[in-house]
Amino acid sequence: MATPILRWCCPGRRWVFAGIGSVFRHGRGVPTGSTSSGKRGQSTVAQQPLITAQKPRKGEREWAAVVGLEIHAQIASNSKLFSGSQVDFAAPPNSLVSFFDASLPGTLPVLNRRCVEAAVMTGLALDCHINRRSLFDRKHYFYADLPAGYQITQQRLPIAVNGSLVYSVCVGKRQSQMVTKTAGVKQIQLEQDSGKSLHDSLRSQTLIDLNRAGVGLLEVVLEPDMSCGEEAAAAIRELQLILQALGTSQANMAEGQLRVDANISVHNPGEPLGVRTEVKNLNSARFLAKAIDYEIQRQINELENGGKILNETRSFDYKLGCTVPMRDKEGKQDYRFMPEPNLPPLLLYDSGSLPTGTDPQQVINIDQLREQLPELPRVTREKLVQQYGMLPEHSFALLNEVGLLEFFQNVIKETRAEPKKVTSWVLNTFLGFLKQQNLAVSESPVTPSALAELLDLLDRKAISSSAAKQVFQELWRSKGKTPAQIVAEKKLELMQDAEALEQLCRSTLEAHPQVVTDVKKGNPRAINKLIGLVRRATLGRADPTVIKEVLERQLSS
Amino acid sequence: MLGRTLREVSEALKQGLVTPTELCQRCLSLIKKTKILNAYITVSEEAALKQAEESEKRYKKGQSLGDLDGIPVAVKDNFSTAGIETTCASNMLKGYVPPYNATVVQKLLDQGALLMGKTNLDEFAMGSGSTDGIFGPVKNPWSYSKQYREKRKQKSHGENENSHWLITGGSSGGSAAAVSAFTCFAALGSDTGGSTRNPAAHCGVVGLKPSYGLVSRHGLIPLVNSMDVPGILTRCVDDAAIVLGILAGHDPKDSTTIQDPVKPFTLPSLTDMSKLCIGIPKEYLTPELSSEVQSLWSKAANLFESEGAKVIEVSLPHTSYSIVCYHVLCTSEVASNMARFDGLEYGHRCDTDVSTEAMYAATRREGFNDVKL
Repeated sequence: MATPILRWCCPGRRWVFAGIGSVFRHGRGVPTGSTSSGKRGQSTVAQQPLITAQKPRKGEREWAAVVGLEIHAQIASNSKLFSGSQVDFAAPPNSLVSFFDASLPGTLPVLNRRCVEAAVMTGLALDCHINRRSLFDRKHYFYADLPAGYQITQQRLPIAVNGSLVYSVCVGKRQSQMVTKTAGVKQIQLEQDSGKSLHDSLRSQTLIDLNRAGVGLLEVVLEPDMSCGEEAAAAIRELQLILQALGTSQANMAEGQLRVDANISVHNPGEPLGVRTEVKNLNSARFLAKAIDYEIQRQINELENGGKILNETRSFDYKLGCTVPMRDKEGKQDYRFMPEPNLPPLLLYDSGSLPTGTDPQQVINIDQLREQLPELPRVTREKLVQQYGMLPEHSFALLNEVGLLEFFQNVIKETRAEPKKVTSWVLNTFLGFLKQQNLAVSESPVTPSALAELLDLLDRKAISSSAAKQVFQELWRSKGKTPAQIVAEKKLELMQDAEALEQLCRSTLEAHPQVVTDVKKGNPRAINKLIGLVRRATLGRADPTVIKEVLERQLSS
Repeated sequence: MLGRTLREVSEALKQGLVTPTELCQRCLSLIKKTKILNAYITVSEEAALKQAEESEKRYKKGQSLGDLDGIPVAVKDNFSTAGIETTCASNMLKGYVPPYNATVVQKLLDQGALLMGKTNLDEFAMGSGSTDGIFGPVKNPWSYSKQYREKRKQKSHGENENSHWLITGGSSGGSAAAVSAFTCFAALGSDTGGSTRNPAAHCGVVGLKPSYGLVSRHGLIPLVNSMDVPGILTRCVDDAAIVLGILAGHDPKDSTTIQDPVKPFTLPSLTDMSKLCIGIPKEYLTPELSSEVQSLWSKAANLFESEGAKVIEVSLPHTSYSIVCYHVLCTSEVASNMARFDGLEYGHRCDTDVSTEAMYAATRREGFNDVKL
């Protein structure tokens, strides 16, 4: 759990180093594995009021952090970027390797149309300028998982430039407010993925699997417009949702379809930017923010102690929770960029510039792709807010879980209950049960129809809300039973007989004169006792709000 | 028969005056006799005889595939040939047997040509003498001509005559020698900076470098991707035209080939010279040009002029930059293209297993010659 101070600081956050023994130095980032129990520092640390972090005291230095991101997303295509071999995550090693992928001499690259379309679509979704003419280059370095000794990428003139990624972060004490932010998209380029190396230290050997070598990647470069781990994580999340909505990448970090490198530096506000480090291999959504924040803190500590930041490459050690320098990447690498001579410039057209008589199979029309763009998450959320009057945070939550939006929409279709009720039940109760048992929406034992039926019962006031919760629990546990069946089995129907309820209330009041006196004296909790008594008498089949109403009416008369 | 043009032999085959198997056997025995030339690295005897057999069946049925059906050809050893060792005359690829055919090789085979073998070259086609391959230099067949032997006899005064021989030029020296020695009717070479035309000139045969983009480079182990072209070596111009007609055309596997469809063509027979205008680039008359070559050049120009053609001076103003540009492009692209030779997936691998870097270094040191290090 991140220390509270971090969340509180974002947006436009400032990092304050309040001197030795501050919350910052000992409260987080555990390089030696010690917990934040203040072992090394004074025990008074934990009690330091957090508010002081906002207004720097005299003698304290303020710090601002700058975070840029390079994201590699595997393109969801049937075959690789420059060869016809298949793209499949879980195939046997070295079973999806064409002659070109294995770098057999004499083989040549042939560009995959679907990958170009994916790049254009992603560029359009991120408001980029699509370059009508882009070029391919070779980036050279020697590594066992790079068979040709170079990677084909787009260094000089990439396919899309100058866009923006709009995302939201949660602010406020209770994470309830959403603030919109923008990160500039510097460029999007097409490039090849490398193979995989598996290091077998036991036998001192490295095993190479070339299945991934040559798979198409979209590299999205985000400008250093983010200022902390949370903003970076939120930006990545939004990009994931966009890519998934477009279908251009499955963007699953666990399967390596989305990889993130971060460029991080710190400086005092008003002064020039500091030296940046690159943190590579941020491949887990959970640890992304943590790793970035750790590095920011490390740099602050270093500079405050009079040290210097080296322009180096580091990687995040998940076990230790810290960044460590990467030995192989010391010093600047010379990639000897060179134009790829086997690929002519990539020319894209729009409806206006399309030459007459061209085979549509041979060209890409940007306007056509633009028309076919699916709805972006941002638009979907706006529509939800407009249509159902839900809070923006709820629209985020609905889109954040695979299949949840569809589930929600199916319930809405089948129920008469108010959208707000549906939203609440889906996001609180339904999602709560899913998370508790670590299930995906697709694995839910409760169908949208079942929930819709339940909500209808509630809407008709056939059952109370507490009864509804009971029914839901039963629905979750036992398959096949409908809500109506469960209500009947457990006798959860609300009392419909108003006269009987009046009678019960009156008799309860008569039976407990002392409590009645307490109520009349003005004791606010006494009425609840009466309500409880009536409820028990009705075997839980009366709505507490209705009971309260009746009792109050009877008491006042 | 081996001295005929392609058209003549093709006609003879159709008429049954000679069979593909006979042609094949004659060429094979000539290859053995001329072994001293060292023109061939690999002779694919069995495969060629089998192809000859198939060709014969076709001719018997009257279903020949075309002008090249049953014709012995040779291919430079930097073209990938499925199932036949392709070495590029380098230790790095010694023992490497490709799993696929280069497009141009496939086109020849689809036309029924008989593949006699893979010819010698400068290592990885880097050179202009065909002297730098690991299999030794190629000797120019003209070294054994009467004129040359006479000349040497006069000069040698008892020295061993056989120790003197002429180079073929390069890097497609093996292909040029193979054609020049009548062991095949046509051969494939490659041309980056003259590697087909140079040995053609040295060996007295026709060498054609097609325009870049006309012929597919898929399967040609590259030297400089922006300049390499498969070259054609034959004993007469008409033969080269026939082969070009078969090889030219768009290849989806090579993105640098032009898309326009290639129309089949035949060279017109030229009798009226008056319509011909020939340009002589003035920048090519350099002080370094040997007097022998210069006089031959003038002789050719004069011949055309005397027959009625117009011969004028033209200017190719960027000539002086060409060598410099060539060197820059060549060195960058070669370094890039050689990066893939690490011994991991194919080819020579050293015995070191200390670390990846050590393995790469040792493999490449052992595999390449001095030019590349």
